[in-house]
Amino acid sequence: MFSYIIRRVLQSVLVLLVTGLVAFAMFRFVGDPVDSMLGQERTMQDIERLRENLGLNDPFVMQYWNFLGRALQGDLGISYRQGRPVAEIIMERLPATLELAAVSGLFALVLGIGLGVFTAIRRDGFAANAIMTLSLVGVSLPTFLIGILLIYLFSVELGWLPSFGRGETVDLGWWTTGFLTKSGLIAIILPSITLGLYQMTLIMRLVRSEMLEVLRQDFIRFARARGLKERTVNFRHALKNTLVPVITVTGLQLGSIIAFAIITETVFQWPGVGLLFINAIQFVDIPVMAAYLMLISVMFVGINLIVDLLYVAIDPRLRTEGKS
Amino acid sequence: MTDTHLPPAETARARSRLAMAWDSDVGWSFRRSPVAMISAFVTIALILAAVLAPLFAPHDPFNPATLNLMNGFTAPGTPNAFTGDSFLLGTDDQGRDVFSTILYGMRISLFVGFSAVAFAMVLGISLGLLAGYVGGWTETIIMRIADVQLTFPAILVAMLIFGVAKGITPIEYRDEVAIWVLIIAIGLSDWVQFARVVRGATLVEKHKEYVQAARLIGRSPLAIMLRHILPNVLSPVLVIATISLALAIIAEATLSFLGVGAPPTTPSLGTLISIGQGFLFSGEWWILFFPACTLLILALAVNLLGDWLRDALNPRLR
Repeated sequence: MFSYIIRRVLQSVLVLLVTGLVAFAMFRFVGDPVDSMLGQERTMQDIERLRENLGLNDPFVMQYWNFLGRALQGDLGISYRQGRPVAEIIMERLPATLELAAVSGLFALVLGIGLGVFTAIRRDGFAANAIMTLSLVGVSLPTFLIGILLIYLFSVELGWLPSFGRGETVDLGWWTTGFLTKSGLIAIILPSITLGLYQMTLIMRLVRSEMLEVLRQDFIRFARARGLKERTVNFRHALKNTLVPVITVTGLQLGSIIAFAIITETVFQWPGVGLLFINAIQFVDIPVMAAYLMLISVMFVGINLIVDLLYVAIDPRLRTEGKS
Repeated sequence: MTDTHLPPAETARARSRLAMAWDSDVGWSFRRSPVAMISAFVTIALILAAVLAPLFAPHDPFNPATLNLMNGFTAPGTPNAFTGDSFLLGTDDQGRDVFSTILYGMRISLFVGFSAVAFAMVLGISLGLLAGYVGGWTETIIMRIADVQLTFPAILVAMLIFGVAKGITPIEYRDEVAIWVLIIAIGLSDWVQFARVVRGATLVEKHKEYVQAARLIGRSPLAIMLRHILPNVLSPVLVIATISLALAIIAEATLSFLGVGAPPTTPSLGTLISIGQGFLFSGEWWILFFPACTLLILALAVNLLGDWLRDALNPRLR
């Protein structure tokens, strides 16, 4: 068990080091920092002095080491386009993305499990079949088309919901939240549905197939024979036993929610880190791109690690295997 | 023809390949599945329409000489108020015929999709064969890279590669090379699937007798990999390639929609959709609607074809 955790953590650190290396290589070799920092009237001495000051003459490994050290202290360089520290820009934008991801994740989880249980219990019902068919269409729709469709329906035709932006936000000092104003709450509805829909269908189909598997087993028949209420059987006994794979998939999907937020944020002009990243690509703002890569890899690797450890914590069978 | 002089078995062998494919197990499953037939028909029709776009398209949307700005925003089917010209699916803001831009846009989408999958396939198969057959350090390094890449969604990897490539190319060439960069970015983001499957299959095949026999008669490792093992691991590759094609088309559309793909001078379906989104609020729905439907039908048809192929080639389901 303990050695498993250690091995898993070391593996995560290795992945982080590799992505850090990629980020550093981007930083170092795409576009010459000296070129972008010195003006037209530079002398060879200027260039040499700056190279020495920036540490560009150090061995590659030393440079990488320093880069990692600075990144750990929150120094991610300066944006070519905005001329401000990248860390500052990202901290400004991060709350928007995290709030969007949290709401979409919640939406996907609650509705996914609910509909999954429903379609499993009423397997042959008309509503369940309709939901399953709709989910097939939902899976093949690209995210950005879902967003446009929702905008067309709810903003253009019905005029109920705003089509872009975050609404009014409240500044809590280190965090700006849209949860405390009415316009902020309204603004998050469409983007979070767009972002969460794919994950919702995924969780739904998973819960459904797991439920169908569990409902067929003997202990469910026993529970029914004992005269337990249908609700108790379905939720206390059946659902509980489907949750292990659901937690794994949900956890891993949380990472892709943050990544796919790039698309949703662009469709809805949501001022988060995803939109920042797309703009950075369009304007070749390398420091922002590198910082985003590192941020997202920390999140991904962290989520994967937590999911793996949770897996062991939840499923007792894995714990005993680890011990032996 | 000398058909009449051949014994019956030989006549059978001389039949066309197409007829043989039609009679095979896969062909039988194809004939029994209406979904497969319809999606194959739709896919082939769309590919033909795209390839033969110059023949079918009523206008050349990218030749400024044939455009008339007065024709801008003509609704589908109704004649333009100023010029009296009529367009099947309407026109966009610059007076370009939407039907023609879709045909030409689909050309770009399909070209990028097919090339990206071909690139991913060649890369994935080579690395997979190498990892599976050689083993040792080679295998560890290749599969570790695959694992790290698999931690991130393919679309994110493609965006990053696109961004870096954009940074390396000088500004004046960026639009010219954008399509090729897109192909490489999507291809590089997708090779892992191929490498994993090919490696797995190679690990099984390399212990079989025919491989040992080939080694015994002194064939080179390269020849064994390419001429003996490769043909035997191709059927799962075919399934992944079909599904990858649908994914690549959607990835291309997504990137172009986000403005990090095909340049406006050579618009793909994704670029057209992103142009159309701008006119959603002013009521010109057709500029968005028809490209979006085309993309959807194309992706769905290829996807269904891939699903069917997976079931048809799966010996366990036969």
